[in-house]
Amino acid sequence: MATTRILEWLGRFYIVLLLGFLYLPIIIMAAMSFNASPFYQLPFEWTTDWYSSLWQNDQLIAATWNSIEIAVITTLISTVLGSMASLALYRYDFRGKKVLQALLFPPIAIPWLITGTAMLIFFFGVGIGRGLVAILLGHVALALPYVIVVVSARLQTFAPELEEAARSLGANQWQVTTRVTLPWIMPGVIAGGLFAFAVSFDQFVVSYFLSTPGQTTLPVEIYAAIRKGFTPEINAVSTIIIVVSMALMLLTARFFKFGGEK
Amino acid sequence: MAGVQVANVSRSFGAHKALDDVSIDFADGGFYALLGPSGSGKTTLLRQIAGFDFPDSGRIAIGGESVERVPVEKRRIGMVFQNYALFPNMSVADNIAFGLSVRGEPKATIAAEVQRALDLVQLGKLGGRKPHQLSGGQRQRVALARAIVTKPRVLLLDEPLGALDKALRVDMQIELKRIQREIGITTIFVTHDQEEALTMSDRIGILRDGRLVQEGPPEEIYDRPQSEFAATFLGDANIFHGNATGSGIRLPDGTTIAASTGASVPAGAKASCAVRPERIRISPGAAKPDPANVNTLTGQVSKRIFAGNNSTYFVDRFGQTLKVIVQNTGAERLAEGQPVVLSWSPDSTVLIAA
Repeated sequence: MATTRILEWLGRFYIVLLLGFLYLPIIIMAAMSFNASPFYQLPFEWTTDWYSSLWQNDQLIAATWNSIEIAVITTLISTVLGSMASLALYRYDFRGKKVLQALLFPPIAIPWLITGTAMLIFFFGVGIGRGLVAILLGHVALALPYVIVVVSARLQTFAPELEEAARSLGANQWQVTTRVTLPWIMPGVIAGGLFAFAVSFDQFVVSYFLSTPGQTTLPVEIYAAIRKGFTPEINAVSTIIIVVSMALMLLTARFFKFGGEK
Repeated sequence: MAGVQVANVSRSFGAHKALDDVSIDFADGGFYALLGPSGSGKTTLLRQIAGFDFPDSGRIAIGGESVERVPVEKRRIGMVFQNYALFPNMSVADNIAFGLSVRGEPKATIAAEVQRALDLVQLGKLGGRKPHQLSGGQRQRVALARAIVTKPRVLLLDEPLGALDKALRVDMQIELKRIQREIGITTIFVTHDQEEALTMSDRIGILRDGRLVQEGPPEEIYDRPQSEFAATFLGDANIFHGNATGSGIRLPDGTTIAASTGASVPAGAKASCAVRPERIRISPGAAKPDPANVNTLTGQVSKRIFAGNNSTYFVDRFGQTLKVIVQNTGAERLAEGQPVVLSWSPDSTVLIAA
């Protein structure tokens, strides 16, 4: 009995340690966004000044909107294209399918620094240059493999007889897809979409290469701000982003059970 | 409702001939079993009739209309899959409503038809359940209701009872037959279970290696198999090999066996005879042979399996083991090792051309 209790406490301690490791830096940053001292000085003095001054920082706000806009558009495009690609890979056998599938994975492993350089050179070569459009194209390219991997994994659990059953009942291809296949893979599509959003919203390296001073995203802007001199406004904007994105994740997890759903 | 004609249908997958010139006529309103071992082409044939796959050559007609190039969604068939293939994201009622709903039927019509179908399969109150909340037998009924609610021209069943346990399977066989009679729909079902084929169908088609071996009513195939394969695949049979004499065959050891049914084989040609185990009389070595049972052989009991209502005797004779099934009538039981006389009538002996 005594050993079980000790093990139980060890287990709890481990979980606390793990959560602390994950969340402590974030919590400290969030706390500091409400601390009056710009140099992290204690004692803690409550203020919302940094949030007010953030509100005045047009550059940071513009970059935030750019980031959200690019992430949302990237998510929409890559989720739709990626899900369609997964369905095509699942349903049809065609020449070069194996090669195509194999080629989808390496981009995930290629360092972003290299992908970014390659994209910069390519976009200049074809005349797109740098800017928000270039960033958007780059993000979609980065996010697509993630969506395809996640949606394809979900499709592996789909019983092909379901599509056959729907067809035998008179459903055309569109009805089969929207009423039978999509509802089944929806958790995968949502998860793929979240991945795409995260890949785009967190993206620094590729965005840094493809942005121009006026047209930039939040991570690039934060990096530029830190180089100029750190201000707690960065803490404030980061805290807002963390709260919003965690709320999004929790909401999604609430509505979709990933993995073993019946 | 309509009959189905399959004429000279062939289908190959690479070098493998899954169907080889199969012709079979399914009459309107009949209940057909396609029976065969795995790989015999029975499921391939069903999928050609359904329209999931198209034949390389040959014709398929439903209700007189050529459909061999019509895709499944336009064939107006109903299909029940081996694992039921119920849509997991929909309730039982929505599953059944699916076929009517994709056709754009009005909501009120759909609701009424769904309820009628639920009542027909005796699941009246379970419309709100999800498939995973149902038992195997209930899922089977939902799959059936979903397949017939659209009033298809033909009902196709792919090993529909394979996933059920024995007791439930017998219940569902009776149930399926009742529903089929009630709506009078032409039904074709694929099975590898000979008992299921015998008890349920009006006609059976036996397939082997992509070819139709024999087709006819269960009694006819059982009593007059045209090949050793048909004889042994549908039921049990003792097979004797020899040369035709004109009225039977002569075994290599000189014994003659008289046969009055089956093929006519010219004297001297290779032929075989099939005898069902329950048609053979077995008696102790000293007993007087029955004059009606002209075919007589002697042997020795090598094994007896008692199964309550009957016993199976394995009798050794010149290296061949013959099987005899005797009803439990309270008569004397024979011991293992005991010499016995086997006798049976020429009427119970089917001559088969080699």
